[in-house]
Amino acid sequence: MLEQHLAALPILLPLIAAPIALILGRSSFSWAFATLISACACLFAWQLLDLALANGVISYEVGGWPPPWGIELRVDAANAFVLLAVSALSTLVLLYSKDSIEKEIEASKHTLYYTAHLLCFAGLSGILLTGDAFNLFVFLEISSLATYTMVSLASDRRSLIAAFRYLVMGTIGATFILIGVGLLYMSTGTLNMLDLANRIDIAESGRTINTGLAFIMVGVSIKLALFPLHMWLPSAYTYAPSAVTAFLASTATKVAVYVMIRFIFTVFGVDHVFGSMGMDLILMALAIVAIFKCSYKATVQSDVKTVLAYSSVAQIGYMILGISLVSATGLMAGLIHIFNHALMKGALFMAVGAVFYRVGSVDITAFRGLGKQMPLTMAAFTIAGLSIIGVPLTVGFVSKWYLVTAALEQNQWIVAALVLGGSLLAVIYIGRILEAAYFQERPDSQNTTEIKEVPWLMLAPMWALVLANIYFGVDTSLTTEAASSAAEWLFQNNEMPLGNQAEAK
Amino acid sequence: MNLWQGIEPSQLISLSILLPFVGALLVIATGKSPNLREAVTLITAIVLFTVVLAIYDYISQGGEIGLELIELFPGLSISFEVEPLGVLFALVASFLWIVTSVYAIGYMRGHNELNQTRFFCCFALAISSVMAICFSGNLLTLFIFYEVLTLSTYPLVTHAGNDAAKKGGRIYLGILLSTSIAFLLFAVMATYSLTGTLDFRAGGIFDDSHNKIVLSVLLVLFCYGIGKAAIMPFHRWLPAAMVAPTPVSALLHAVAVVKAGVFSILKVMIYIFGLDELKDLATTDIMLYIGVATILLSSCIAMTKDNLKARLAYSTVSQLSYIVVGALLASSIASAGAALHIATHAVGKITLFFCAGAIMVASHKKNISEMVGLGRQMPITMAAFAIGAISIIGLPPMAGTWSKWYLTIGALEADKLIVVAALMISSLLNIAYLLPIPVKAFFNTTTGEAEPWSWSETREAPLPMLIALSVTSLCCLVLFFYPQPLIDLVNMIPGVSTQGEG
Repeated sequence: MLEQHLAALPILLPLIAAPIALILGRSSFSWAFATLISACACLFAWQLLDLALANGVISYEVGGWPPPWGIELRVDAANAFVLLAVSALSTLVLLYSKDSIEKEIEASKHTLYYTAHLLCFAGLSGILLTGDAFNLFVFLEISSLATYTMVSLASDRRSLIAAFRYLVMGTIGATFILIGVGLLYMSTGTLNMLDLANRIDIAESGRTINTGLAFIMVGVSIKLALFPLHMWLPSAYTYAPSAVTAFLASTATKVAVYVMIRFIFTVFGVDHVFGSMGMDLILMALAIVAIFKCSYKATVQSDVKTVLAYSSVAQIGYMILGISLVSATGLMAGLIHIFNHALMKGALFMAVGAVFYRVGSVDITAFRGLGKQMPLTMAAFTIAGLSIIGVPLTVGFVSKWYLVTAALEQNQWIVAALVLGGSLLAVIYIGRILEAAYFQERPDSQNTTEIKEVPWLMLAPMWALVLANIYFGVDTSLTTEAASSAAEWLFQNNEMPLGNQAEAK
Repeated sequence: MNLWQGIEPSQLISLSILLPFVGALLVIATGKSPNLREAVTLITAIVLFTVVLAIYDYISQGGEIGLELIELFPGLSISFEVEPLGVLFALVASFLWIVTSVYAIGYMRGHNELNQTRFFCCFALAISSVMAICFSGNLLTLFIFYEVLTLSTYPLVTHAGNDAAKKGGRIYLGILLSTSIAFLLFAVMATYSLTGTLDFRAGGIFDDSHNKIVLSVLLVLFCYGIGKAAIMPFHRWLPAAMVAPTPVSALLHAVAVVKAGVFSILKVMIYIFGLDELKDLATTDIMLYIGVATILLSSCIAMTKDNLKARLAYSTVSQLSYIVVGALLASSIASAGAALHIATHAVGKITLFFCAGAIMVASHKKNISEMVGLGRQMPITMAAFAIGAISIIGLPPMAGTWSKWYLTIGALEADKLIVVAALMISSLLNIAYLLPIPVKAFFNTTTGEAEPWSWSETREAPLPMLIALSVTSLCCLVLFFYPQPLIDLVNMIPGVSTQGEG
């Protein structure tokens, strides 16, 4: 029974649990409940990945209606891999949020937070698992609406403006996706992704299809905050409660990247999008600009959350760059970076949240002298920061390694050099914060005795992520296996001969 | 060494890397009691040296040791393999760690430094990564531990925690990290994508099938990527790092860190490019002359420095380029000279740094102009300084003679007279900036007349420091008269020989 419906469980479980969490009423009850549900979903995701790696694709017919008429859930290595990352992060963030939101969200709204979190998680799982283009839009809206709520929950009133901006931009993005899906439906008469893929081949390069492609790409780009459509992200991340930022930064945009991969590789096909439409060049150019412009922006911000937000936009650039290299290795680099970046950004935002918990501010001046007062938090920040830079034995190095390898395979020497150049900017923006923490004295005006280490319930998930940063940086077998089989699987149905492409250029 | 006979040879490698690491943990554990902590450091250092000796024993009998640790990427793993050049470097580093530990105890206590536990802990970590660099079996491993070394020495450089230390630390980390990420990592990955392997192989992994222009670019990337070799214009970190306590400057910036840099360069030249391939590359000569320029320019800069440690730092920059030049001459005898110079320069320069630290602790003098007549108060220190200086200059009967000898012959053999001339001029410059210090200390008096002297006048540094600097200065002498073990070791490196081409 359980095995049979395994594919649907990561969506259904949090979706059903969300209203229950609201009914539970007491903050601590709904916290325990939400965490438990999320942990269960994480276990299911693990099993799904196992199954997907062993058997290939798992197809699940929702309500017993066979595709292409009914909604189909399709689990393969690619989405099971991302789902595992999302559900693990969700669980850790929930553990972390019990103490963290006390300082940042009014007590009366705590249950609301857990409900919104579960809804958002259900939406993200849905986006990942569904094999239906319209259903994807529905889940995208579920997760986005929950996200707007979560951002606006912060007691800092600026979060309302940030949430509103996010709402406007996010809705435009979602509408674009809807229009795109509508156009596809218009010319093919189907919504199932695989069916779409088959029929698009027949209706080769019609104008309607291409317009649909354009709408979807722009819409998804807004959702994943691809430069220059990233403007909503820094303010939303800065003013949202820390736990929310940690969750969004490590999951929401990643899922949007996955959506882009899915549309490019499964629905439209690589040779169409990259071959005849030449989108690889556009994506590559935007990705590189994102890496440099936003990394640079990160070096001049004074609010540490904003620094990390801009860094996120830059890191998304790395993922898109991997995709735009049009090779199995490049796609694999992108997928690995989705997973790895979730680990590093999650840890970083948790550390920043811990600082806010004690100091009440996340300005860079608030970090002064914290190396002595909050040694564990700052050590976590340091290791995760080194990971962002891409120091060996951390996951950041693994991502960078595959990305540069992919670029070199395609003889894109300049791109490879630029990727490494981008990490130099990361040295600067992480270095600034570390220098403040370890080498600057705390100003006397602030009471230094009150600042001590945060509760262990905040430290534990943070350090779990930090240790994961190191573990997956040394033992890469799980990530590599999952990502490479996912990348191969995505490429499998496409005719573009990958091995020969390098020589052709 | 009989001590480690029962142990599987491949475990000796992991032992040599783990020992200092465990030592570091023990240092933290025993941080409350300074005597115990220092005992831990010393014992670890001594045990480590015996392990390296055991490896040396095994290798000199023709044995081979290898160890594969973890597969980091498919087909690419963190692996270790012992080869003679690495053993040479490991011997030097582990032996001098013992001496430096003795010295550091005297220095840190005499100077009342804070955070001594952190100091000894990071020190041990740095040695651990140096051992890993010595025995690394492929470029990836080398790169990884090269970075670990940079990061673990950063707290040592910024030990004082004041503004100068912060500034120095920023330059140190900035240059070393950015060159290694931007150039070295790029070069490593390009090598991998060209050849499909990163293993160190006798004769190199590049062959004629690879594009010469690409290889030329790679050579430049490697030379500058290994920022620890301090080739101009990326040498600024070395003088900046001199804000560190003197034992750090001594071991790390005369031996471990900088030698890890030139060691990596030698390894890349010998085992990645291969000396034969190196000869045909267009940029070899360009880099060679940049190395020559570094030798001469930094010697000139050294002369202008009044701060003793700054002068020694620039002297180190210049001496490191000897090794780079020796590697880039691409002749077997010059490479032998370069490899030998790792050892001989180490003992010479560490002596000089020890003396600088001893002077600082005993008389609180940092500037050379204040050291006139200091020989009266610190005769042993200044005598050791003279010995170290002569060794650096390369005059008999000191160890530095041998490496300069082979380097010069190598340059002659390669028909690069400019290099020969540069080596000679540099020796003269060395005389000009090093010898006046002991000479003035001994022969100039404040009154200008001969004054009677007795032992009671002396105010030497604490005993551990004196022991340390006497040992290293003795080493300079011993290695002149008994260099054979080192030369044998160098001759075991494939393609490298002190006998020349014929």
